[in-house]
Amino acid sequence: MGKKPVKALDNISIDVEKGDFLSIIGPSGCGKTTILKIIAELIKPTKGKIIKPDDFEVGYVFQNSTLLKWRSIIDNIALPLEIKGMKKQEAYLKAEEVMNLVDLGEFKDSYPKDLSGGMRHRAAIARSLVYNPEILLMDEPFGALDEPTRLKLNVELNRIWIKTSKTVIFVTHNVSEAVFLSNKVAILSKRPANLKKIINIDLPKQRTLELLDSEKYIKQVLEMRKIFSQYAK
Amino acid sequence: MNRKIISLQVLVFLAFIFLWKSVIFIFDFPEFILPQPETIFIEWCSMLKSGLLLEHTMVTLSETIIGFVIGVFLGIIPGYFVAKSKQIDQILSPYLVALQTAPKIALAPLIVMWFGFGISSKIIIVALIVFFPILVNTIVGIRSVDKNLLDLMKILKASKLQILRLVELPASMPVLFAAFKTGITLAVIGAVVGEFIGSNKGLGYLTIYASGLMDTPQVFVAIFQLTIIGILLYLLIDFIEGKTIPWYRKGEEDVVKTSKY
Repeated sequence: MGKKPVKALDNISIDVEKGDFLSIIGPSGCGKTTILKIIAELIKPTKGKIIKPDDFEVGYVFQNSTLLKWRSIIDNIALPLEIKGMKKQEAYLKAEEVMNLVDLGEFKDSYPKDLSGGMRHRAAIARSLVYNPEILLMDEPFGALDEPTRLKLNVELNRIWIKTSKTVIFVTHNVSEAVFLSNKVAILSKRPANLKKIINIDLPKQRTLELLDSEKYIKQVLEMRKIFSQYAK
Repeated sequence: MNRKIISLQVLVFLAFIFLWKSVIFIFDFPEFILPQPETIFIEWCSMLKSGLLLEHTMVTLSETIIGFVIGVFLGIIPGYFVAKSKQIDQILSPYLVALQTAPKIALAPLIVMWFGFGISSKIIIVALIVFFPILVNTIVGIRSVDKNLLDLMKILKASKLQILRLVELPASMPVLFAAFKTGITLAVIGAVVGEFIGSNKGLGYLTIYASGLMDTPQVFVAIFQLTIIGILLYLLIDFIEGKTIPWYRKGEEDVVKTSKY
């Protein structure tokens, strides 16, 4: 009531190939989340469309871990399978598989309140992987975490990406995080968000903490930051 | 609880008894104005022994519990639809505000007139009083569900029933239990007021009857017994809460907002 419609996105066209890790960066409030929500069909765009294969499932990781407080970790992770009507035993088996992948194996009977912030995010990632979606949409998932935890999770996400060869679209406003994780980075302007540039990241597929100190990485970050600040202002 | 706290609690109780006795001593009150605490206790024991007290207690207790359960169901179901549908909310909200403001207890004489002196009129009064806080808190509870959780359920293509069962119901449990606790206290009040107005059984009836006879110790016994019922029912709900939602610890994460009316 009484709210003026706001134009959030304008003239954005990005090709995402199977197995890509695409980061979308842009100033906060520019509509990055809106793009993910359109891809996930949570909102309908007034114009334009997403071209994608039929029977296309997405996994979504939110800014906060969005776990169900009243369910144990394994029940949280098995939730998508339960909704799809899978038998409990089978669902647990699959859930345990992804829990091992994100290194949460010992915590299956814990409750979200007993886990640290970083572990809750790993659980959220496991939940989005458990039903094997074609693509993973991640909306600033590590934005609220402290720096060391974030870096650790970045390395882990890279490992998961390589192991599962999933396509990932990752939204962040953190330039160095985008460079560290992706093979492609799309830079958006402020609202209404325009696609300004797509940059290919020229780094080895496997990213480690040592990479942070390498000249190549630092150069890429500095370059990106320059372009980013040019469009963000 | 540590020992020091318990001993101080006992001390407060003793101080209260002392104050009571001193008031009687200083103003020289006769038994029918303010009886001695031990007189009340003796009366309580003898009424308990004769079975009379238990009989009246059971009547009030069943009115309270049956009325409460009906009120809870009557509150939760429309509460869900008001919370989910903007249109229903807009249509009903002026009436809900009006009904919330109206003193429901004032309807008690009418209800006794319509439904007679028996147990049913009291059950209706209790249900009516319990209905509103449950309704309002169901709306608050369902609306307070994290928007991202609902988005997640949409992405997972969950049905409305699955969303209700897996997310909305459990998420609103803490708010609902807080409302149950308010509701059960109001339920006892409703049953007693109903009995005041017209009945021949129950602790409210006993209070009115004894006060008519100027049997003050018996009045105190009835009040004491009502207090015990209230406390026990409250503790029962607290116990069920602990069993139903063990994941929820008070004062830890989100502050639960409740509204009394």
